[in-house]
Amino acid sequence: MALDSKVPKGPIKDKWTDYKNKINLVNPANKRHIDVIVVGTGLAGGSAAATLAELGYNVKAFAYQDSPRRAHSIAAQGGINAAKNYQGDGDSTYRLFYDTVKGGDYRSREANVYRLAEVSANIIDQCVAQGVPFARDYGGLLDNRSFGGVLVSRTFYAKGQTGQQLLLGAYSAMNRQIARGKIEMFNRHEMLDVVIVDGKARGIIARNLITGEIERHSAHAVVVGSGGYGNVYFLSTNAMGSNATAAWKIHKKGAYFANPCYTQIHPTCIPRSGDYQSKLTLMSESLRNDGRIWVPKHMEDVMAIREGRKKPTDLSEDERDYYLERRYPAFGNLVPRDVASRAAKERCDAGYGVNQTGEAVYLDFASAFERYGKEQAKIQNIQNPTPAKIKELGQAIVEAKYGNLFQMYEKIIDQNPYETPMMIYPAVHYTMGGVWVDYNLMTTIPGCYCIGEANFSDHGANRLGASALMQGLADGYFVLPYTIGDYLADDIRTGKIPTDTKEFDDAEKEVTERINFFVNNKGTKSVDYFHKKLGKVMWDKAGMSRNAQGLKEAMAEIKAIREEFWKDVSVPGGANEMNPELEKAGRVADFLELGELFAKDALVREESCGGHFREESAELDGPQKGEAKRNDEEFAFVSAWEYKGEPSEAILHKEQLEFKDIELKQRSYK
Amino acid sequence: MSGILNSSIGRKFAMALSAFFLMIFVLQHFAINLLSVLSPDTFNEVSHFMGTFWVVQFVIQPILIIGVIFHFVMGFVLEIKNKKANGVNYVRNNGAANSTWMSRNMIWSGGFILVFLVIHFIDFWFPEMNTKYIVGDMSGLHNGEFRYFHELQEKFVPIWRVALYSLGFVFLALHLLHGFDSAFQSVGANNKYTKGLKGFGKAYAIVIPVGFIFIALFHHFNH
Amino acid sequence: MNLTLKIWRQKDSNTKGQMVDYKVTDISEHMSFLEMMDVLNEQLVNSGEEPVAFDHDCREGICGMCSMYINGEAHGPDRGVTTCQLHMRMFNDGDTITIEPFRAAAFPVIKDLVVDRMSFERIQQAGGYISVNTSGNTQDANSIPISKHAADEAMDAATCIGCGACVASCKNSSAMLFVGAKVSQYALLPQGQVEAAERVQNMVAQMDLEGFGNCTNTGACEVECPKGISLENIARMNREYLSANLKG
Repeated sequence: MALDSKVPKGPIKDKWTDYKNKINLVNPANKRHIDVIVVGTGLAGGSAAATLAELGYNVKAFAYQDSPRRAHSIAAQGGINAAKNYQGDGDSTYRLFYDTVKGGDYRSREANVYRLAEVSANIIDQCVAQGVPFARDYGGLLDNRSFGGVLVSRTFYAKGQTGQQLLLGAYSAMNRQIARGKIEMFNRHEMLDVVIVDGKARGIIARNLITGEIERHSAHAVVVGSGGYGNVYFLSTNAMGSNATAAWKIHKKGAYFANPCYTQIHPTCIPRSGDYQSKLTLMSESLRNDGRIWVPKHMEDVMAIREGRKKPTDLSEDERDYYLERRYPAFGNLVPRDVASRAAKERCDAGYGVNQTGEAVYLDFASAFERYGKEQAKIQNIQNPTPAKIKELGQAIVEAKYGNLFQMYEKIIDQNPYETPMMIYPAVHYTMGGVWVDYNLMTTIPGCYCIGEANFSDHGANRLGASALMQGLADGYFVLPYTIGDYLADDIRTGKIPTDTKEFDDAEKEVTERINFFVNNKGTKSVDYFHKKLGKVMWDKAGMSRNAQGLKEAMAEIKAIREEFWKDVSVPGGANEMNPELEKAGRVADFLELGELFAKDALVREESCGGHFREESAELDGPQKGEAKRNDEEFAFVSAWEYKGEPSEAILHKEQLEFKDIELKQRSYK
Repeated sequence: MSGILNSSIGRKFAMALSAFFLMIFVLQHFAINLLSVLSPDTFNEVSHFMGTFWVVQFVIQPILIIGVIFHFVMGFVLEIKNKKANGVNYVRNNGAANSTWMSRNMIWSGGFILVFLVIHFIDFWFPEMNTKYIVGDMSGLHNGEFRYFHELQEKFVPIWRVALYSLGFVFLALHLLHGFDSAFQSVGANNKYTKGLKGFGKAYAIVIPVGFIFIALFHHFNH
Repeated sequence: MNLTLKIWRQKDSNTKGQMVDYKVTDISEHMSFLEMMDVLNEQLVNSGEEPVAFDHDCREGICGMCSMYINGEAHGPDRGVTTCQLHMRMFNDGDTITIEPFRAAAFPVIKDLVVDRMSFERIQQAGGYISVNTSGNTQDANSIPISKHAADEAMDAATCIGCGACVASCKNSSAMLFVGAKVSQYALLPQGQVEAAERVQNMVAQMDLEGFGNCTNTGACEVECPKGISLENIARMNREYLSANLKG
């Protein structure tokens, strides 16, 4: 099947408007005869469910947690971008579009990104109307902050909890529709398969996680907004339950999976402290505005610090290597996420990591304390302040800006970051890849849509800060509710989809068999054992930098782990009860397939772009020596994989990317 | 407005209103008692006035009694409802980590105050009612003098009664230490004045009961 | 460190539960409390026993899923943290730790330490929203100026994560801090004014219907709240409720 992105014709700035004008609509009286299933109720799924219900569709929404409010969108800290130009600093739809495409290292679809930039301003209006308490300045107007990789201030925020507030906004909109009966909410339910009838997505099989009951749900369309697959690495900043199951199930039933190798590894996370670690914690990128990143220059200092003979504060300026400032004088500590992460890895691989695991670098606020302290001394008219006074004044400013992050750090690491530099290390954070969708956000299964982080669409090979929230809400509030109408317009006479058909029988049987296998397979190893093993392979061989040799090994090793898993996994407890181990087993089984496809995709993409760094594709000389080298001639395409049984046999379909409105350039941060 | 007393917030508001009323009553009761220490004659005059003025006897007194009964009954009703809301009890519960003993034991301090009130009524109120409305002696005189001060003094001759009353006031203090602030919070007063109010509440909760105890001791030692 | 754990085990909502003792060894003080529970569960799985079911998800203190009552306190002895942020350095070698589910009649136990908090959902559905449809034509976000003070206070109320620690800590199992926070967020913002009276009446009515207890202002909820939601929000809800009822 040839991939058709269905991007409308015409100039980029008119595409979405013209398209909306011509699209098929479902009349309000008919909408009440149409059911839509939404799987996942984070920013994308939650906003989509609420909006579809407002429009009049009957929505069935599914979440594996006990409430939509718990989806992992809630953990986003920094903010949400929107081209409002409230600061008058020259922002525009075009500039947001341009920054996003460039930030994504020219691997996203132009028309989708432009539409995203176009609706971004509506998101802010909508959220304010819902009562989201965005930060305001003293005049009562909305405040903005700026984020990495851009030249304007367009990020709206609600303290360090923007994701939480936006999710609660979408959740409140859902609650209103649940109360009206337009959304039927299925909490603690997990989708375990999609049901295809006559080539169209017509329902799902879900498991009630409290009773273990397998349920059939039918609808005229299925929307998957189940988030990213970062947990394929075992350790990531994702929630423990974040999983790829819904996305992977639709992939196995015909939806192509795009760019699985595009992963964002975020530079400012709290380092791992031991093998028991269950997840990693992110600290906002904004820390890099004031913190300076360094490791010791000399190996003997590294050893002395690891053995506790020296403290980082004992080292003089000369004995420190501020490697980002050294390598990237123009952007310094504010290089994009992928660049900062790789640089940290380079130093740690060279043996300069500063903690027991050898995987940590310092993020130091001492010079910020001094700079702010001196400034404050002037403002408060303090003559000849002592160094201690300057530090005290400076710390107060830093505390006002990042107090919650410093406190979080102290709680986890048990060191006072005001007295000693923080330790940080990159961690898996977001996956740009996902289910392939066309301009309508429909997958290659008719009637099956995919939105938010779960799809591949808007961030290319690297996502800019504060753009994930924007995309999730754009898809859910402003894009999908329009585009789905075009498809559903043909379904006004279909009537309720029956669930007592062979298609549902078969899908349910498949699901039940798999569950029965797990609870009856009296293996010897826990699910986590396999998940950790998979994670280690992924991190070592398909992590921050990749090479052909490693990726081939990864594919073979993952396959071997998968085979061992199906032989030897142990899942205590039964099928007809709440059974968290059983839930994990199903998710890890899917990760074990996805991981291999991930490595295969990374192997095929023999270029470096965004979050995907191939060691073979680096600049060999010149000022950019050692930096990532993109290959637009051969790789300006989206890899969309078709499922054919074993992940190694997946078939690659290419969607060629055309750049008509933006000129392709090398990213340089020197 | 209808049904407001059936709501949780309505009930706590009603508890607070009756509490305010009782706190004001306690304050005036204390003021009059204090006169017995400062000037027995004034005490007698005021007592006679309170005991015979129809507004006090037939308007304020019934309201007071209703207020007391309401506060107690509602207190017990809420306690029962709250116990029901608890479901299964914790095996280990460290209430002291997050709240004061007083706040967690209002039902006990209140219950002891109720016991005390019964004794107090038997000591003073029933004889008073008997003299005035059953015997019909509204003169307030005994052997040609006002009887109030002497009756008061005599009651505090036995040390056991002094001890009992003191204990009653200790419970009142415990009850007020939480109840004063709590009543304000219940009617929605929590603002920039709260801190000052809390200080005042603490003072009120300690000074008034200690004052009552002082009066009892004073009469015990000075009769 | 080596620890003795006394954990509430209950097969499902219809079965009676009881405390069961477990031993864990070699616990690092840098572990989070839930990582310690992971160690126990791995141990149980490897010996073929059913692991302890507990709610958890983000493990960074924001999703509100984790909900243990540890040594007699919601989210354990530390302040301003959820169970997932509680670290083992708060405990000593040889300690016995009691772990129970959040208790309230309105939070029935589903299994072991997992409780059903659907009562919170229904309270939110009763009015925890502003009735505005999604449209591309809402008024511009800056068309209503909101004072920084009101916006900040609304934000403070809105940081509630809905974990239920307030209910669990309350000797009356009252949900007023949770409801007060939501009522306050909207009461403080101009967008929320239009429906303010109905909102507070409906949410309080639903709260009562769910069987939560009455607030007696012990303040335990505020102390145990991982997000430091203030009692002021309850006072504000009381005012809002009374004025809504007095206005008719």
